[in-house]
Amino acid sequence: MKFAVLRFPGSNCDQDCLLALNALPKSSAEPVWHKETSLPSCDVVVVPGGFSYGDYLRCGAIARFSPIMQAVKAFAEDGGTVIGICNGFQILCEAGLLPGALVRNRDLHFVCEHRHIRVETPDSRFTRNAPAGTVLNLPIAHGEGCYFADDATLLDLAIHRQVLLRYCDDQGRTTEAGNPNGSRSNIAGICNKTRNVFGLMPHPERACDPLLGSTDGLVIFESLLA
Amino acid sequence: MKAVVHVMPKLSVLDPQGAAVAQAMKHHGLPHTGRVRVGKRIEIELPAGADEAALNTICRDLLSNPVIEDYTLEISE
Repeated sequence: MKFAVLRFPGSNCDQDCLLALNALPKSSAEPVWHKETSLPSCDVVVVPGGFSYGDYLRCGAIARFSPIMQAVKAFAEDGGTVIGICNGFQILCEAGLLPGALVRNRDLHFVCEHRHIRVETPDSRFTRNAPAGTVLNLPIAHGEGCYFADDATLLDLAIHRQVLLRYCDDQGRTTEAGNPNGSRSNIAGICNKTRNVFGLMPHPERACDPLLGSTDGLVIFESLLA
Repeated sequence: MKAVVHVMPKLSVLDPQGAAVAQAMKHHGLPHTGRVRVGKRIEIELPAGADEAALNTICRDLLSNPVIEDYTLEISE
């Protein structure tokens, strides 16, 4: 499987993504600079975490206009697989590839810790290796990870089963205490209607090595390989 | 020509910054205020005869995120 990992000025999780993805069986990952106007031949586009353009104006607001994003949109429209992690999720929402928006954490603090994340459905290329209800241990690191969408959008997401991941407690319950940032419905990750574009705030690329405290990120990446 | 854009979070969106400011005002002993919301002011210098429709597009596509924000646009000579 070939992964293309985008790089914007201020992206800082691209190296972690390249490392984790290159270590997957029969896989290779290469970086793609944001000024490119076309993607290399690839199976998956990864929009990594970081602080693209310093989070100026709004997180991801400027990166969405980078030249490479036209190619990413076309790739997504053709059914190509796109995964946006943290700032990548923010960029995909700003670009209109995913509904809703990410705003400042409810408690205003930058939260950097491992959290329990529940898989809502295995019905996606990103979660097919995990039965519904599987609780993953994944790190989050963000100040603007609070998912917001209006009631009509939330209903639409529910009807089309687009919520793939939710914050939960260690028992897999989507409680207030299990919600680190105030996200509506404890939403941690969603996909689009055609289920080929996925955005999530947690960092699976930081949970692929026992040295880092969890290998649950592999559940997502290995689902892509399945 | 000058354009001034004000961007405010929608009333339906949680504004923790605004809430924090309201708390700080309270701690400073200011008389009780209602809700506080924090937004942005963006000033843009433009050549004469700039296109208002294009400006509105920029406001909608870049300067604000219509999912979570509303904007107002004032143009002056």
